[in-house]
Amino acid sequence: MTRQQVLDLYFMDARFKLIELAAFLDRVDRAEGQADFRLDAFRQAVGELDGNKPERAKQVLLAFSDPTAEPIEKAPGKGAVGAWPGKGG
Amino acid sequence: MRYIEPHGHMVSRVTDDYIDMVTAGCACVCEPAFWAGYDRSSVNGFYDYFCQLTDYEPKRAAKFGLPHFCWLCINPKESEDVKLAEEVVALIPKFLDRPNVLGIGEIGLNKNSRNEMKVLEMHVDLAARHNQMILVHTPHLEDKLKGTRLIIEVIKRDKRIQPERVIIDHVEEHTIKLVLDAGFWAGMTLYPESKCSPARAIDMLENYGSERLWLNSACDWGVSIPLNVPYTALEMKRRGWNAEDIDKVVYQNPLKFLSQCKKFKLPKA
Repeated sequence: MTRQQVLDLYFMDARFKLIELAAFLDRVDRAEGQADFRLDAFRQAVGELDGNKPERAKQVLLAFSDPTAEPIEKAPGKGAVGAWPGKGG
Repeated sequence: MRYIEPHGHMVSRVTDDYIDMVTAGCACVCEPAFWAGYDRSSVNGFYDYFCQLTDYEPKRAAKFGLPHFCWLCINPKESEDVKLAEEVVALIPKFLDRPNVLGIGEIGLNKNSRNEMKVLEMHVDLAARHNQMILVHTPHLEDKLKGTRLIIEVIKRDKRIQPERVIIDHVEEHTIKLVLDAGFWAGMTLYPESKCSPARAIDMLENYGSERLWLNSACDWGVSIPLNVPYTALEMKRRGWNAEDIDKVVYQNPLKFLSQCKKFKLPKA
């Protein structure tokens, strides 16, 4: 596809999602109380969108990922929360 | 259009989904064993579930003209209980000769714990001893990268396993190359909220080529879309893919991988 075709097909969808993302960050700012590690990971991931770096989707996924290599002693539960809390988490 | 749904948890879907899938061109559905949404209390729960997958569900699918195949295992979400897992792994061989059983799956990891690793190794050994194909689940979200690396290490360590008879599912942009470079097949799961969207799946196909890749909806009792494979085929068409290349991804690729199991036969159209 040409760049023009990509824009024709996906621009409105990407615009919609970008505004949703901005509104989410505004909503977090307006809310009271402390945020947790997820917001830090989110802001780091948003930084991956900046500039002309390649493989942005991969870099965003890596920003949310557990970078360690060893299995953990015991599963704390079954679910995932979307961001790695760090070794203390 | 024709397509194969290589990963759908049909026991948790309604018959309307079967009608929609067949209407959209589905040629067969393959159902890996998975977590029921709650932990089963004993091995007897798995016996009943395996009967459902190998007896009742193929009959339900057949009412709509859809061939149904399955994979058997204890899902990684229930792998913290190693004793239960040992009992389930010992039960599985009784079902391996059933006509719709394709192999061992979806095994893998969930939270990347030591017990999950033990149970994964037990399943890989079971597959090797019985010459079974393997379908692997990779963990969700923040646990996927580490889990995928650990899974690849475990399977590669067992020299009895041929990588081309293993599919590692739920790959995303940060894990797809790891899986393909190790010689395995890779599955892309099309979810509305996690895993990957149709647009991202097509991006990966365009970036990495369409060899050893398949698409699936992994529809289950959660937020999922049983028709996401044909919806993605439509998206490919909008992006200028020709009919032959779409057919390769949504039909011929899963056909090629699954046909390594002699029991996988589709009725002639």
